[in-house]
Amino acid sequence: MMIEIKDLVVGVEGVKGDILKGLSLSIPAGEVHAIMGPNGTGKSTLANVLTGRDGYDVKGGSATFEGEDLLSLEPEERAAKGIFLSFQYPVEIPGVPAMTFLRASLNAQRKRRGEEELAAPDFLKLAREKAKLLKVKADMLKRPLNVGFSGGEKKRMEILQMAVLEPRFAILDETDSGLDIDALKVVAEGVNALRAPNRSMLVITHYQRLLDYIKPDVVHVMAGGKIVDSGGPELALKLEAEGYDAYEGAAA
Amino acid sequence: MMDGVKDNIDRETVETARGLEADKYKYGFVTDIEQDFAPKGLNEDIVRYISGQKKEPDWLLEWRLAAYRRWLTMEEPSWAMVNYPKIDYQDMYYFAAPKKDGDGPKSLDEIDPDILATYEKLGIPIREQEVLLGVEGAAKVAVDAVFDSVSVATTFRAELAKSGVIFCSFSEAVHDHPELVRKYLGSVVPPSDNFFATLNTAVFSDGTFVYIPKGVRCPMELSTYFRMNAQSTGQFERTLIIADEGSYVSYLEGCTAPMREENQLHAAVVELVILKDAEIKYSTVQNWWPGDEDGQGGVYNFVTKRADCREARARVSWTQVETGSSITWKYPSCILRGDESQGEFYSVAITNGAQQADTGTKMIHLGKNTRSRIISKGISAGRSNNTYRGLVSVHQKATGARNFTQCDSLLVGADCGAHTVPYIEVKTPDAQLEHEATTTKLSEEQLFYCRQRGLDAEEATALLVNGFARDVLQKLPMEFAVEAQALVKVSLEGSVG
Repeated sequence: MMIEIKDLVVGVEGVKGDILKGLSLSIPAGEVHAIMGPNGTGKSTLANVLTGRDGYDVKGGSATFEGEDLLSLEPEERAAKGIFLSFQYPVEIPGVPAMTFLRASLNAQRKRRGEEELAAPDFLKLAREKAKLLKVKADMLKRPLNVGFSGGEKKRMEILQMAVLEPRFAILDETDSGLDIDALKVVAEGVNALRAPNRSMLVITHYQRLLDYIKPDVVHVMAGGKIVDSGGPELALKLEAEGYDAYEGAAA
Repeated sequence: MMDGVKDNIDRETVETARGLEADKYKYGFVTDIEQDFAPKGLNEDIVRYISGQKKEPDWLLEWRLAAYRRWLTMEEPSWAMVNYPKIDYQDMYYFAAPKKDGDGPKSLDEIDPDILATYEKLGIPIREQEVLLGVEGAAKVAVDAVFDSVSVATTFRAELAKSGVIFCSFSEAVHDHPELVRKYLGSVVPPSDNFFATLNTAVFSDGTFVYIPKGVRCPMELSTYFRMNAQSTGQFERTLIIADEGSYVSYLEGCTAPMREENQLHAAVVELVILKDAEIKYSTVQNWWPGDEDGQGGVYNFVTKRADCREARARVSWTQVETGSSITWKYPSCILRGDESQGEFYSVAITNGAQQADTGTKMIHLGKNTRSRIISKGISAGRSNNTYRGLVSVHQKATGARNFTQCDSLLVGADCGAHTVPYIEVKTPDAQLEHEATTTKLSEEQLFYCRQRGLDAEEATALLVNGFARDVLQKLPMEFAVEAQALVKVSLEGSVG
């Protein structure tokens, strides 16, 4: 398994009660899984815990990446191993051109992995190539990262980062939110181009719409802090038609 | 790409250097004074001694003495937001002998490895390190080191002489160009200006003198060469730069490398005189020893810097990157006397550990249609305190004056402080002033975002802070902008955990 999550119990530091209540999930190499579920069920918490964000209290269970414990690693160590999060709300980084940020990120990862750092001209070439695929204008690469970007531009920039960093396991948190249909198609094409036998993805979404363009291998339903149902792509269609009501009781 | 070009320039430079005469370093800053040194403490005899050692003319001695007498009646200012133990002015040397043979370290092996590690992070070549650390015999090597590592120095002396630029130590200028020194010295910062400037006037050790003749655009940045020779200019430095009509010069003082400093108190005076249609760009990178974690033993930096845009359309810009010293008290100012003259102040001040900085500028609008611009970026980390203090003053006759001020403060961590103290005085209704100020905290979201992409907490902080300070760092001469970015990173080490 590329990703193996077992009985994960997680709360927010200093707050009573748990958000994830014994969540289990396995994703084999090369597969794209989707998690759907109502608001407030802990989808983003899962993304944050897997990537190592501060402020969460892991009370039980485990999460491994290719058999190796993930939860004891620093966020940057996880990144270097190939864990990537496309943020639901990408953060603005004033004064740092997107290009500079991306190069610093890529080289930090490479350094940590014991690989040669990429020289400026080589990086430039790589970034331009990937930007073209995602229809990101060269001018956007020179602007401070995400500052004044539209919602669509921010999400495209997330996927561009993913394309450049070439992660092994990517979590796409609500990547479709704030996108019009054209932008959604561009982003989905970008994601699909990155599907590979040694790369897995977890697509977190509210709506089935995104899954029309990024076809998942498996769809999971999350409610009340755990996975309550799993199935093929048809499960997403069912959810779209029937809503989450059927699962609300099951979770409690 | 860049490396290839640089290698070429280096090679050319070295070759040209070899072709020059052996005495090519007459313009060096190392002043040969027969050694002795004065006892601790300050009195008229000490002032006479200093002046005598430099074989100064009577008028200069009298000028020093008058300042000394004035200083006795003055009180140390206490309005700045800095705290330090009372300075005992009688417990200091005012004329310290430059180091004799045998005092300095014999090689880099004798230097604290921590300091060497810092140099390495800043990318300072080994031979430059030796000079900065005062390794024996390194000064001679330095001459070659300049030529090895820096492209600018090529036909340094020849080119300056050809264009008529005077660039020498202050002591040399007193002897070789007394008419210029006498005309302009103290004309921007008068002897009575303030406690520290008056002290400097009485006991100043040495410094730099620059004169750019009419209509001359100085053919090179007066920076790189200076960097190599800036050792031990002393604790009471005096700088005087005159840009005559229609001339231009860019001058950079300081160094990103932490200087080995034995003197705790520094009270420098810098005077810039800018005549009609002339321009001076003055950049400072200051990274003096900030002291230990509690600020013990760090340098106190009390500096008076002022530019006088004396005639029409004179322009000046101050750019400073302040990361060192345990206490910084510094307000590079612009007197906009000439009509349509312009003053700019760009500042990045970083405090970490227990450092305290109270810094800013004064823009004094006297002439018509004068303009000024202030961009200040204060970054506080650790338990430090960082204060921007600025004055924009528009006098009655300064109709049409305009100022734009932007003061941004960034807090790194929860135990530091940022303060903004803007003073604005406007005495004409016909002026436009804008003031923008922000205070932000380095956010957990930004840090996590960067770390998710692979940067560790320190790299992330450095990237974010460099981004925050970008508008100012871009004003630095190219070759120093890169080093300054590395310096930002080194300065913030240990600020996030």
